[in-house]
Amino acid sequence: MNQKLKSYTAQTYIAYALIAPAALYIILIVAWPLLETIRLSFTNSSLAGEDYVGLENYQKMFSSKKFNGIVTRTFIWMFFSVSLKLIIGLIGAVLLNANLKGRSIFRVLVMPPWVVPIAIGMLGWLWLYNGYFGIIAGVGMRTGILDGPFGFLAYKQSAFISTIIADVWVGTPMVTVFFLAAMQGVPRDLYEAAYCDGASRWDRFFKITLPQITPVIITMSLLSAIWTFNSFEIIWILTEGGPRGSTTTLIIDTYKQALGNYKFGRGAARAVVVMILLMLFAGFYLALLARINKKISHE
Amino acid sequence: MDKYNIYEKILLYSGILVFMIFILLPFVEMFYASLRPLDHLFRSPYQFYSDDLSFWAYREMWNTVPMLPRYIFNSFFLASVTSIITLLFVIPAAYSYARFKFPFKNSSLYILLAINMFSGAVLLIPLYKVLRTFGLLNTYQAMIVPGVAFLIPTAIWLLKSYFEKIPIDLEEAAFVDGASRVQILRHIIAPLSTPGLVVVGIYAFIGSYAQQFLFAITFNQKKEYMPIPSGLYEFIGYTTVKWNEMMAASLVGIAPVLIIFLFLQKYIVAGLTSGAVKN
Repeated sequence: MNQKLKSYTAQTYIAYALIAPAALYIILIVAWPLLETIRLSFTNSSLAGEDYVGLENYQKMFSSKKFNGIVTRTFIWMFFSVSLKLIIGLIGAVLLNANLKGRSIFRVLVMPPWVVPIAIGMLGWLWLYNGYFGIIAGVGMRTGILDGPFGFLAYKQSAFISTIIADVWVGTPMVTVFFLAAMQGVPRDLYEAAYCDGASRWDRFFKITLPQITPVIITMSLLSAIWTFNSFEIIWILTEGGPRGSTTTLIIDTYKQALGNYKFGRGAARAVVVMILLMLFAGFYLALLARINKKISHE
Repeated sequence: MDKYNIYEKILLYSGILVFMIFILLPFVEMFYASLRPLDHLFRSPYQFYSDDLSFWAYREMWNTVPMLPRYIFNSFFLASVTSIITLLFVIPAAYSYARFKFPFKNSSLYILLAINMFSGAVLLIPLYKVLRTFGLLNTYQAMIVPGVAFLIPTAIWLLKSYFEKIPIDLEEAAFVDGASRVQILRHIIAPLSTPGLVVVGIYAFIGSYAQQFLFAITFNQKKEYMPIPSGLYEFIGYTTVKWNEMMAASLVGIAPVLIIFLFLQKYIVAGLTSGAVKN
């Protein structure tokens, strides 16, 4: 190969120079704040100033029953939300993958909750959940399931469930679209061969489709878990973490401590817990991705 | 083998119907509520039928929410500036990832993916303190600066895959013939990558339009800088809500992204899913 040509893609300094602006930006706005959050978690920082207090924030946090309750609640909330997103997303993808008239329209129609700003979508859900005038309470009252107005966001359990449903609404379209894309990527001859061997539709789904899209299902479960864990706007707009803390997840608690009460130190300690959990998720995800990529390149 | 009998068809279509109701009911109900007079909305239990539907709320909302035009402008302004700045950072970086071989290439790409997983909420505390120190709280910059940071990682991945589709032979041929890198950029890369740039630009626009809320409620208290979501959210807090106008205003806030998305959904979905499904 021409010597000059070789140099075209091997000039490391140009490569780094091109990346530098984006890298510096990320370091300044993401990496530095992460480190600063860790430092702040050892201080009693507030609007008044800061002093180092050692592990006090952590000791207080871990010994408080409330905080432990919040962690448990976060995982329960996440578990239900993620499972529902995956189940409904899978069913949705199967339905939209079926060779039916109008499927290209349905495929577009599932997407709005995904693209619309979450905060605005939640204003719509606030109206749906309205205890006196909302359509859900209305259907409940007219069918006799409810014997009067019922504020879905006003009671502990119903608020917990209602925020999960709204979160599932926001997250399902994306899961559906990714599953659908994966299903369309399954080679057609696999199905044709199975069909010739007399496999039923059911068999073809469980023995071909499902195993073929398993990598995508696993990746999506992790990604979805991460995003659900991070979910802030949905709960914030619907309940602000209430009533009486029943929808306060870790993210909401962190936000409230830090920017509701301006106790930056305490908030930072919570943010560090969030960070560690996220890093565990991210580690799983990246390890998995690397394994899948390796497998693909071996085949 | 793709033929269904009548029972299967009924089953599949009713499944789709239920699924679509779940996905679309909030939008349909928002639109329906926006058309109904307020005294019809304020009846309990919910009434399914209204006979005098009108677009009255779409006229009246400008009086009820006097700052609405400003909110709409702010949303567009913030999203446009954020996506343009994002592109400025992302174009050279994505090109570099697509074309050059260098140490730490793969690991830094994975770090970018990992950044995507940190929500803004974790970084808010130091960002708040810095913005306060520099007197940048309650400005447009306070919402643009963190917004850009969270769009850069995905945008790099997306644009990188577009650049990779441009055959490198073209560039190499020009390079051997003595074209400078700047000439190659102007005459080969720029024209061929325009579709990719448009898609990534739109991704950034929709993304920044959608993520405005968190940064806006945290870093900005001034009404004149609020984007639509936080402007309307504020409104819900302190008055008896005129739901028909609120829903009308919400739909006006949703419309731009929805329209852009409907026209370009094919490209956006293909771009986003190819990244995560195949990698």
